[in-house]
Amino acid sequence: MLTKRIIPCLDIKDGRTVKGVNFENIRDAGDPIELGALYAEQGADELVFLDITATNERRKTLSELVTRIAKHVNIPFTVGGGISSVEDVNVLLQSGADKISVNTSAFKRPELVDELAKEFGSQCVVLAIDTRFEDGDWYVYLNGGRVKTDIKAYDWAKEAVQRGAGEILLTSMNNDGTKQGFALDITGKLSQNLNVPVIASGGAGTMQHFMDVFENAQADAALAASIFHYKEIEIQALKTYLYQRGLNIRF
Amino acid sequence: MKTVIIKYNAGNIRSVMFALDRLGVEGTVTDDVEEIRSADKVIFPGVGEASSAMRYLQERKLDQVITSLQQPVLGICLGMQLLCKHSEENDTKCLGIFDVEVRRFQSPVDNLLKIPQIGWNNITGLYSTMFEHVPENSYMYFVHSYYAALGPDTVATANYVINYSAALQKDNFYAVQFHPEKSATEGQKILDNFLKL
Repeated sequence: MLTKRIIPCLDIKDGRTVKGVNFENIRDAGDPIELGALYAEQGADELVFLDITATNERRKTLSELVTRIAKHVNIPFTVGGGISSVEDVNVLLQSGADKISVNTSAFKRPELVDELAKEFGSQCVVLAIDTRFEDGDWYVYLNGGRVKTDIKAYDWAKEAVQRGAGEILLTSMNNDGTKQGFALDITGKLSQNLNVPVIASGGAGTMQHFMDVFENAQADAALAASIFHYKEIEIQALKTYLYQRGLNIRF
Repeated sequence: MKTVIIKYNAGNIRSVMFALDRLGVEGTVTDDVEEIRSADKVIFPGVGEASSAMRYLQERKLDQVITSLQQPVLGICLGMQLLCKHSEENDTKCLGIFDVEVRRFQSPVDNLLKIPQIGWNNITGLYSTMFEHVPENSYMYFVHSYYAALGPDTVATANYVINYSAALQKDNFYAVQFHPEKSATEGQKILDNFLKL
């Protein structure tokens, strides 16, 4: 049976993880490779690296970093942040990334999704959507949540899947950072109506929240950052918890 | 020992190289016929589409080279599917080492099946030297829309709505549908076992 996936997300700036914490088992919590390898060892099913560097040098720095990650991490990983062309993706996949995620650039030019799926296959194209609930529905936000659009998240997700997106990474801005749980309604709507995996993001605070999003919203994977970085929840303990409650989980 | 990774128009070659690197083995990526023939171990990887991959191999006569190899060969993902008889993916005649059909996953009427299958799935019925010290029900990382049916050469089974071949073996030809290079320590063990054949 296919298992539910637990995915830690690492924010990267200038080749370093941003939310560094004190981990006993690693020398340098700011080093994405050490932290990524530690998560892999603890049982993470995949990793997401989100690059938030804004300098001109970012492209080169990122591809070098991706190569270093690929050399040391023996589980799949996705790279996102500022990707806007087939060439960007080619460089990252050649460097050793398994998947890439696109967000604002794909919304602004949806043909990018078609081009990426055709060139590299849907399996490596993750569409990231930041969404906020307001005026009775979930709307797409761009540029890291700063720019509102009048397009509904479900409609954009559906279109992107038709264009070839292989997975949807859905972040609820209402829930993100609250530790009050994932957005079950919109996650469930996407997961039950789209024939690609949906990764839920935003709001994880307890182990029960993961159980809820897998069981009640049928999410295929759940992503979280700070609760793992600050060791509020340990991956191994989380997976044991979910397994004991009857979910298919990899050990 | 010389380990060769067959170069063709399919992805994930870099990941395989890095995985070999972690095992202390240097792999050579090549489509040179003599280099492939003289290797001790040949890895045939792949993420991509069957008909264009077959066309690429035929244009370089690599199809004949691969089927005539005597040393251990490991097909991974699309590499495994191309070693089968025929693929439904664009109705492609494949290399025919394994006498099985490659079919597309189909959603049952009452259930939305997500295609491709992406993620970790357990493998059972392990029956090959490449699985030595790999426990039954180990989880491996799969990414695929097409699967090889069960057959006499099936040496591991996975289930995604139906049971299918997670691995095949016949004589010197070994093949896995999952990505051992991305399947944590158990996946590494399989690569290591293959390299030690």
